Formats: sequence, C-alpha cells, structure tokens
Amino acid sequence: MTSWYLALGAILFALGVLGFAVRRNSLIMFMSVELMLNAVNLTIVALAHQNGALAQGVVLALFVIAVAAAEVAVGLAIIIALYRLRETVDADEVRTLRG
Amino acid sequence: MEGLEGLAFFVLAAMAVYGALNVVLRRNPVACALFLVTTFVALAGLFVLLGSGFLAAIQVLVYAGAIMVLFLFVIMLLNLEKDLFKGISPLRFISGLLAVILGASLVWGLVQPALPPPAEKAMAAEGVDVGQILFERYLFPFEAVSFLLLAAMIGVIVIAKRRAPVTEVKR
Repeated sequence: MTSWYLALGAILFALGVLGFAVRRNSLIMFMSVELMLNAVNLTIVALAHQNGALAQGVVLALFVIAVAAAEVAVGLAIIIALYRLRETVDADEVRTLRG
Repeated sequence: MEGLEGLAFFVLAAMAVYGALNVVLRRNPVACALFLVTTFVALAGLFVLLGSGFLAAIQVLVYAGAIMVLFLFVIMLLNLEKDLFKGISPLRFISGLLAVILGASLVWGLVQPALPPPAEKAMAAEGVDVGQILFERYLFPFEAVSFLLLAAMIGVIVIAKRRAPVTEVKR
C-alpha cells in the first residue's frame, strides 16, 4: 500500500520538475515548485504512516508547509518587482546576467 | 489494499495526477492555478486516508486557501495574456526528457525495495501526539519558523513596495 503512495509522490515530483524545466512563465514555474513540495510532503507522511510514527511525519510536513508559505510570498513579490521593471514574467526574457 | 480504501486512493491519485498534468500543460495561468487547487485538494484527501485529518485541514486552509489565493491575486494583478507557444528549443526538450527519466527512475527506485511490515501503532490518536511533539521536542524549530515568517513578511513588503520617484526628495 505504501508503495503506491511513494509512486504517486514520485510521479507528482517528476511532473513538478517537468513543469519547472519546460515552462517559461515564471508564475507557472513557481506552481511547479509547489507541486514538488507537495509531492515530498506526501512521501514524508506515507513513510511516517508506514513506520508507525505518523505524528512525527505530520510535524515535519507542517514545517515544510510553513517554509513553503514564506517562499511563495517572497517569490511572488520578486515576480511583481520583475514585472514592474520589465513588463514580462517570461523567464527567457530576463537574461541580463547571461551576457 | 482493501476495497473501499483502494478505490478512494486511486480516485484521489488520478485527480492529483490529472491536476498536475494540467498545471504543466495549460497555456492560461489562471487555469493552471485552479488545476493546482485540484491537486492540493486531492492530496488533502490522501492525507485523510493516511490517518491525518489535521494535516488535511492544514493543507486545504494554507495551500488551497491562502497560497493559491495569493497566486491568483498576483496573476490577475499582472494582467498577463496567455502563453504563446513559441516552439520547443532543443535545450528545453532535453531538460523535459531528463525530467521524465527522473520520474521513471524515482518510481522504479521507490517501488522496488520491499518495505518492512507496517508498524502496529500506525493508527494511534494523532492530534495529541502532534501537539506534544510540536511544542515539546520541536519547540525551537517552531519558534524559528515563526521568525522566518516574520522575516519573509517584512522582506515581501520591502521587495514589492513601489519605490518613490527620486525627484520627490528635493525638499
């Protein structure tokens, strides 16, 4: 049973990586990062459930969610600042440092 | 996997994967955000199946509620048009291929090893345990997270604030 949860977590994580690698819209790249974080949360809780230490896994997942919330707020603020500067959120258009 | 639980798992898993696929493939950012909510709600259901109603509630409140509303606010604030399909560059194709390979190897690597039999205590009462662990053993990380959130809040205000034009400083 736990293997199914692990497989689902792996699939969701890979979809997150795929979205982050393939999309150019930085908002959607951000959503893909959220997808990866959620996949990891699912894996943590499934393994904790398997090992009979569910509460420990839940606490760890809670910390992940809190840090993800902080990360989303900062990231979206950066995207807003970028849009003010460049009028775009396309990750390929923002290449000043690439020379 | 027993009948009803297995059925619930597969329905929720299909929902989660469908939502995730749509996040990756849709052109319209608003549609992506709404499909991401689908995935988050399905994951909340999976947390319930794993015996943690508390985490499911947090998932719906924080992720599907707060974080996705923030995403939608920003999408609508920025007044974006749909992404145009500009063809796939070779670099992007290779990285997409690598992501698929990563997914396949992750599934293979995680499903292969035989897991030890599940522990007996798996269904123990969850709420009391979570509270005790959080406020006794992990009290310091808990406080650190609250500080992190405060720092993030201040940082966001500083980053997203509109700078006053330089000409106004002449007094």
